Amino acid sequence: MPQRIVILGGGTGGTMVANRLRRVYSASEATISVVDRDDRHVYQPGLLFVPFGLARVEDIVRPRRRQFRRDVNFYESEVEQVDLDEHRVELADGTRLPYDVLIVATGVRLQPEETEGLTGDGWRERMFTFYDVPGAEQLAAALERFDGGRLVVNIVDLPIKCPVAPLEFAFLADAYFTERGIRADVDIAYVTPLDAAFTKPVAAERLAGLLEEKHIELVTEFSVGEVDGAGGKIVSWDEREEPFDLLVTVPLHAGAGYVSRTEGLGDDLGFVPVDPHTLQSRVRPNVFALGDAAGVPISKAGSVTHFEGEVLTENVRRFLAGEELDASYDGHANCFIETGFGKALLIDFNYETEPLPGRFPSAVGPLPLLKESRLNHLGKLMFQWLYWHALLPGRDLPGISAQMPSHGKEHHPEHV
Amino acid sequence: MTTTEIAGTPVERDAEGFLVDPSQWTREVAEEIARENGIELTPAHWQVVQFMRNRYLETGSAPSIRSLGKESGVPIKELYQLFPKGPAKLAAKIGGIPKPRGCI
Ligand SMILES: Cc1cc2nc3c(=O)[nH]c(=O)nc-3n(C[C@H](O)[C@H](O)[C@H](O)COP(=O)(O)OP(=O)(O)OC[C@H]3O[C@@H](n4cnc5c(N)ncnc54)[C@H](O)[C@@H]3O)c2cc1C
Repeated sequence: MPQRIVILGGGTGGTMVANRLRRVYSASEATISVVDRDDRHVYQPGLLFVPFGLARVEDIVRPRRRQFRRDVNFYESEVEQVDLDEHRVELADGTRLPYDVLIVATGVRLQPEETEGLTGDGWRERMFTFYDVPGAEQLAAALERFDGGRLVVNIVDLPIKCPVAPLEFAFLADAYFTERGIRADVDIAYVTPLDAAFTKPVAAERLAGLLEEKHIELVTEFSVGEVDGAGGKIVSWDEREEPFDLLVTVPLHAGAGYVSRTEGLGDDLGFVPVDPHTLQSRVRPNVFALGDAAGVPISKAGSVTHFEGEVLTENVRRFLAGEELDASYDGHANCFIETGFGKALLIDFNYETEPLPGRFPSAVGPLPLLKESRLNHLGKLMFQWLYWHALLPGRDLPGISAQMPSHGKEHHPEHV
Repeated sequence: MTTTEIAGTPVERDAEGFLVDPSQWTREVAEEIARENGIELTPAHWQVVQFMRNRYLETGSAPSIRSLGKESGVPIKELYQLFPKGPAKLAAKIGGIPKPRGCI
């Protein structure tokens, strides 16, 4: 009997791992099934560019099924529940999928309705998110109409996927209004629940410097308790207020609903606790998780999902072969941060090392870390091609390894 | 990382003042850390601090502010009155457990 591998979620992580596992096992050795609720695979980093007319939705969405190798079974349905004791997944359309190994890759669920007032008056009229396709498109239209006033870019609460995306949005908004010749009529504020521009000190300092240079106001330790769409303001739990004419918010995130419905599988927000180095679930040895769905102490990002996928593939193989797991995932994350006007920053970090300045060794030569450059911007653009043609098919990216390179980084004694 | 003496016992703390080892925590340590942060602990504070700490010891991670609001018996708005600015962070610090993971 072939081994049965079931993957929940056919986004970045699910697709990549399905394709990698397909190369490990012949069709007679293992069946590989992927479940997703729809057939539209979105290149999510592209959502950042849609509001500014720098990308179109049709350029960043492709059919999911077409991203899989031969002999990957695709089920288009909502996941309803997992039976951890019977080793079986139940889908909304009634299908039952028994598994020998289960891989959770269902990412996050946006919950704007969890914040009082956010989905009330003004939602999708003067209050938007660019974290989903309809939101990014509506925001594009709203930005075009916007000719002055106060733009507030906000994170309701952490964790969120791609924690730098809202910062990038603020930087790109600065460039967008400058290019339209109306920057002087627009106030931009970046309102965050964190006590700084970013979670890690060295990067936070540099990013705060950039915000200041670009005349973007930084408001910290602001946790949104309520949104007043009609009155045009967000109100924090401790009763401070920030007025807006246009609100761009990143709503609360949680894991998929079935994770919470499956006793023991998820934590209090519906993320799946796993060993941070092997990605094996703490609830059952034959359950693994990766990407945004996994509860590990590192940013939720495509790069993280990618590096995790390499280690996870190897661990599924070892698990099924009865071998000891490979505990080599180190939390490596690598993110380009668009800063506008054709430039970007690069940060590279892991569980132990915060983002530091220096140089990142890459196939196209060293990329400057934590410093604006055109090369980094080109890197970010090139990544879209690599995503569809190398990352999803499960090919190794030249010169980029799952483990963080430590050479090239400038360690400052006061921060280590 | 520095070792300081609180209420007669040496405790190790990280750069932000969180205890490195949750087992070094005592009620006196909690009171002292609270005082450093301008808080005099009332029964309502203790309810939250104990909830945080127990949840951490049971599950290995501190609850988020959202589940704190839903499950500790103290609504989020009041949490902000008890622990100004960052309830989850402050209650974790006072409860002698690591900084909540949301912050990454
Ligand atoms: C605006 C934006 C910009 C970003 N920019 C970057 C960037 O520059 N660099 C970077 O590294 N990362 C970036 N990211 C993050 C990156 O896109 C994600 O971290 C990555 O896609 C996570 O992969 P995943 O497989 O975990 O989840 P996803 O790719 O989101 O896939 C999850 C899949 O599960 C499916 N699903 C969920 N629940 C169910 C259910 N109950 N039943 C059936 N199917 C279900 C969904 O339909 C989805 O296809 C960005 C994200 C956004 C939103």
